[in-house]
Amino acid sequence: MSVRVQTEDFCVQREYDEVVSEAGDAGAVVLFCGLVRELYDGSESSADCAAVATLTLEHYPGMTEKALAEIEAQACTRWPLLATRIVHRVGELSAKDQIVLVLAASPHRHAAFEAAEFMMDFLKSRAPFWKKQSSANGSIWIDSRESDAQSLQRW
Amino acid sequence: MKLHVLYFASLREARGAASDVVELSAPVHVAELLAALRAGPLSEIDEALFTRVLVAVNQTVAGSDQVVAEGDEVALFPPMTGG
Repeated sequence: MSVRVQTEDFCVQREYDEVVSEAGDAGAVVLFCGLVRELYDGSESSADCAAVATLTLEHYPGMTEKALAEIEAQACTRWPLLATRIVHRVGELSAKDQIVLVLAASPHRHAAFEAAEFMMDFLKSRAPFWKKQSSANGSIWIDSRESDAQSLQRW
Repeated sequence: MKLHVLYFASLREARGAASDVVELSAPVHVAELLAALRAGPLSEIDEALFTRVLVAVNQTVAGSDQVVAEGDEVALFPPMTGG
């Protein structure tokens, strides 16, 4: 189990290899990697959806790591996981940049799939990160989505 | 008691400062702290933003009836948008 918040990019292969090594006799590893999109449609109705120049992520140092560790710990109590990892970037990112990585390893695939999705769902609205988008139209803070709050209810 | 209150993201920008120190009679509930901030340093903040603000006490999101005591780490911020 580990969580990291960092400005620098991460290497998916290295993170995967470390989790596999940590997991021991895993039969399944699910890896989710989130990327910065070229067009952010945070306000779906926006007709003047401009190409994103940068996406800046702010966070609350201290609380972020604590919230991520709690989300990871909850996943570990709900599913038989052998190893988990969450890596989240902060600072200024550009389109196609890797932004978040979640890994879950377990003896069988269902637990790994569900745990990875659970951690992502909670991370989006329970860990103190905030996105600010800059484009030719200026800078705006991205609004939270109702759909993100709703996706927690299935758990 | 003196409380040091941290602000993040759009709230920090709207306030024009990363934190405030407020003087309150201890102990207070989160709701009372919010009312005091609204009447003081956050009086100029847009209502739509203020009503959505979350409060964390000692780095955990708190309900409006939670008690805040001297020395607690208090932070206010808009809904989170990670991932």
